[in-house]
Amino acid sequence: MTAPIPGPAPVPGPAPVPGPASAPGPASVPGSASVPGPASVPGSASVPGPASVPGVASTPGPTPSQTVGPFYGYALPFPGGGEVAPSGDATAITVHGYVYDGAGEPVPDALLEFWQAAPDGSLVPRPGSWRRDPASGAFLARDGLDFTGFGRVPTGADGHWTLRTLPPPPTAPYLSICLFARGLSGHLFTRAYVEGLGGERELKGLAGDRAETLLARREGAGVFRFDVRLQGEGETVFLSFDR
Amino acid sequence: MTIDAVPDGRSAGRVVDPYRSGALREPTRAPVAVGGDPEAVELYGPVFGTTEVTSLDADLTRRHLAEPHGERITVSGRVLDRAGRPVRGQLVEIWQANASGRYAHQRDQHPAPLDPNFTGTGRCLTDADGGYAFTTIRPGAYPWGNHENAWRPAHIHFSLFGRAFTQRLVTQMYFPGDPLLAYDPILHTVSDAAARARLVAAYDPELSVCDWSLGYRWDIVLDGPSATLPDPEATR
Repeated sequence: MTAPIPGPAPVPGPAPVPGPASAPGPASVPGSASVPGPASVPGSASVPGPASVPGVASTPGPTPSQTVGPFYGYALPFPGGGEVAPSGDATAITVHGYVYDGAGEPVPDALLEFWQAAPDGSLVPRPGSWRRDPASGAFLARDGLDFTGFGRVPTGADGHWTLRTLPPPPTAPYLSICLFARGLSGHLFTRAYVEGLGGERELKGLAGDRAETLLARREGAGVFRFDVRLQGEGETVFLSFDR
Repeated sequence: MTIDAVPDGRSAGRVVDPYRSGALREPTRAPVAVGGDPEAVELYGPVFGTTEVTSLDADLTRRHLAEPHGERITVSGRVLDRAGRPVRGQLVEIWQANASGRYAHQRDQHPAPLDPNFTGTGRCLTDADGGYAFTTIRPGAYPWGNHENAWRPAHIHFSLFGRAFTQRLVTQMYFPGDPLLAYDPILHTVSDAAARARLVAAYDPELSVCDWSLGYRWDIVLDGPSATLPDPEATR
């Protein structure tokens, strides 16, 4: 019948993140407190939560990440992936930048995913990031109306990407970014704090003297620049959401 | 699937070569913990629905005029969170090489034939039990430039969304009994043998379709802090 599930036991919990972590931050990043919840005790991750499914006595550890590799390009990108703002919206902003490797060379095969709150602060996920042609099944761009908060943009041959979106709210003044690339064994989380929306203090608390790597700087009216440096000089701060 | 199915390389008499592409790309500094900010947007995530996915997307063998070459397979399993709860209604995307080990991608120029009847991409939404299922063909192994005589074991790339952006996962599913598993630098970027074993599907004749396809079962467990939050579907 079903495959034997690898035993409940020897799964080490998510390693506590070492390093410059615990931000001596402002109130918005409360200390080193972990996410509230019944299973928040470090090391107790495999204890089933109160809502665990009958018959699933204890789950195996998480499925590990593997690199996205070089060949995702015909599978994951979609038309209008970087056009998150409804078409013609006068408040839309452009955020763009390059992805660089440890030698300072542009990364031509990275994929960036963006997720953010709406300008009014709401975080109500809704579908509609792409549509399908009813006759052929082909992938069509968004409907130009709904704001889904989700974008997906591959870098070009020059390592550059562009996103057009609505400004995030002052309560969460950043674009959350999940970055994939050949050579990365897993994805990397980071945030682009949009300059001028009041996030600078939160940013300082989060990333200290490396905070500027998370700032999307204003270049012109409605245009912001955010480069990602994967490694080395000016390495971008990447984020962990482990308990 | 036993752990022995994915030996650590030393038992194969050699040390697995490193994954070279990461040398200039993997960050050198530890990630910064965001901590317990309950307002973090990453505790929510995008959703996808009927506008994005059609029922035909889960069958990779019916996209063209004729049948693709290769061994037809059914790949099915459940997507769960760390507490064992089903992850319902979330997007699963896959991509893979054809039966000859060639991707429909212009950067793949290795001398194996493209198949005009196979592209190699699929999508579906998980059902009420967190279940997913794809019909496809078994991909071939292929050589790559990591080191001399490096061949990737047959694999299917998976991309998954959970209830929160923190649960995002891109990974690869492997096939049981493949001798290349012991030598693959990418599989061995996962240092823990038990974790590597979780990337290998199980042959499951219960999933096979008589005179039609071979069945493989592969369950996926998404990580991330939202596993400690109530399931909105369960508390509704």
